Amino acid sequence: MIMDINPILLASAIMVASTPILLAAIGELVVERAGVLNLGVEGMMITGAVVGFIAAHETESTTLGFFGAAVGGAVVSMIFGLLTQYLLTNQVATGLALTLFGVGLSALVGQGYQATNQVPVTKMPIPLLSDIPVVGPILFRHDGVVYLSLVIVAAVFVFLSRSRAGMILRAVGENHDAAHALGYNVRRVRLMAIAFGGACAGLGGAYISLARVPQWVDNITAGTGWIALAIVVFASWKPWRLLIGAYLFGGVTALQINIQAMGLDIPVEYLSMSPYIATILVLVFLSGGRAPGSLGRIFHASS
Amino acid sequence: MIQLEKRKEPSTFWIYATPLLAVLLTMVLGGLLFATLGKDPLMAIKTIFWDPILGEFAFYYRPEVFKKAAPLILIAIGLSYGFKAGIWNIGAEGQYIIGAICGASVALAFYPLEARWMIFPLMILAGVAGGVIWAMIPALLRVYFKTNEILVSLMLVYVAEVLIKAFSIGLLRNPDGHGFPGSRNLNQYSSSANLELFAGTGVHWGVVTALFAVVATYVILAKHQFGFFVRLTGESSRAAGFAGVNANRLIITCFVISGGLAGVAGLFEVAGPAGQILGSFPAYYGFTAIIVAFLGRLHPVGILFAGLLMALTYVGGNAAEAAMNIPSATIQIFQGMLLFSLLSVDVLTNYRVRFVAARGA
Repeated sequence: MIMDINPILLASAIMVASTPILLAAIGELVVERAGVLNLGVEGMMITGAVVGFIAAHETESTTLGFFGAAVGGAVVSMIFGLLTQYLLTNQVATGLALTLFGVGLSALVGQGYQATNQVPVTKMPIPLLSDIPVVGPILFRHDGVVYLSLVIVAAVFVFLSRSRAGMILRAVGENHDAAHALGYNVRRVRLMAIAFGGACAGLGGAYISLARVPQWVDNITAGTGWIALAIVVFASWKPWRLLIGAYLFGGVTALQINIQAMGLDIPVEYLSMSPYIATILVLVFLSGGRAPGSLGRIFHASS
Repeated sequence: MIQLEKRKEPSTFWIYATPLLAVLLTMVLGGLLFATLGKDPLMAIKTIFWDPILGEFAFYYRPEVFKKAAPLILIAIGLSYGFKAGIWNIGAEGQYIIGAICGASVALAFYPLEARWMIFPLMILAGVAGGVIWAMIPALLRVYFKTNEILVSLMLVYVAEVLIKAFSIGLLRNPDGHGFPGSRNLNQYSSSANLELFAGTGVHWGVVTALFAVVATYVILAKHQFGFFVRLTGESSRAAGFAGVNANRLIITCFVISGGLAGVAGLFEVAGPAGQILGSFPAYYGFTAIIVAFLGRLHPVGILFAGLLMALTYVGGNAAEAAMNIPSATIQIFQGMLLFSLLSVDVLTNYRVRFVAARGA
């Protein structure tokens, strides 16, 4: 019966299902490479999801929706940034608070928008490339955000490994005291990284509420932010491995939905836990990288 | 310019003053939030914090506060051990759900046999066991595979939520329920009901157990070697290693305690206030308890007060929802803000604030 699934449609669906995870994870990867552990990804994603939905609905433009989502994500991430960088709070607890706050805030703000219809996200097939058999429908007939997520991953790769600013960011993450001694502004680098992470998480959240579902329901992100955090660990903090991780999870999600739709004899509930169980298995068996040296530690320049 | 200067010792004054300051700050921020929603802020604060204890209908609300506080305190007390030692069990919500499922399963297996002397204690054991087993997954993976316990315990919350939904329409569904989801009502089965011990007070077995956990934890942390190990590991895991603390055993013990208490909290909830296994059973107590643990400064007596306060925000929140049409999600924001405020003002405990004139340009 598995044969009933059209492999090309499935592969294309995997791209769509992976995009929110990929976006949130690439943002968090940059944040963690700067030495900050922001557990508030889920909170920033859901804020992005609701802000994006409302912005798109009010302006009738999904582009503005995604833009608003990125801004919204970045703004709430700054609560985390100010607390951890200036008031030197515990990053684990602050991240959790951000998630609780974001989930509550989105439920409150999104109240009036639950039944409203959504402006569709337009597909942007790439001319010529989208006509290639098999590869075309899988890779080149998506909306702009799918392409954007891949561009961001590539850009982060280049930024971290080839640019001077990326080197400074990694130095800050590996050893903040040494970076401080060399005259780099640890706080500013980290705040910028946190804002970038927030914007990416916001985009990822909006992709769920605008493109994947597309609707506003409470708690719409349903743990995607936490899966994104797990993917960063799986990827050993390397952008290209992140891509593999995100598509693997998108694969589990898309396949699970396909099997549900086929009406196999497996109860729906047990299928819908598969992404979470897959996350645990991957964390156990496939992650062996080393975390950035200063990850999660509080920086206080006691000169 | 403001500078922070690290204190050699945390300030004793601020350790006690910061939770109060945080509550006040949250009330101010919450007031602003209510004002932006177009509600009278003072009225809202009064409805949430004052009326349930001292208002006209307090006789109805007060027992509710105890019922809500019991699971929060039980879970938070369990979490406080691990949090002190830097071991992060974030998935208490999952352990709470599994404890409820296991405890309820025992009761439903014996239904309709009347033997409370045997069934109720067995349910409690099953609740503890369920929570412990669920907590052992992240603990053992952390010990043997160095897997991040935060992420694993969290993923298991989502799995537990799916499981309770599946059980409420599958294995544990009430055969006489006309096909509606949900198990038999444990409250109406006299061998399993976790009823009030004193009518009208809200004090059920969970409340008693919570108080016992507070006292026991106070003694263990102050007098027992294990409490010393926990505190030592939190301050410096290296020093703890030299002092002979077995880090792996400590991780497992902390997870056993937090999982067991979360599990038993779930059992008391499902056999008492909730009544049945249902998809809507999870109420995020497992997450709110994290705030309670921090608000109580990871100290058992602090957690007792913090749990009561947080329960008050739930009960008062419901009252405000009914009386002033304030959306229920507001309370979640409120709780998030409380944790934000607490973490922020904590800077005063560990650092001294100095106002320094900006150096001449």
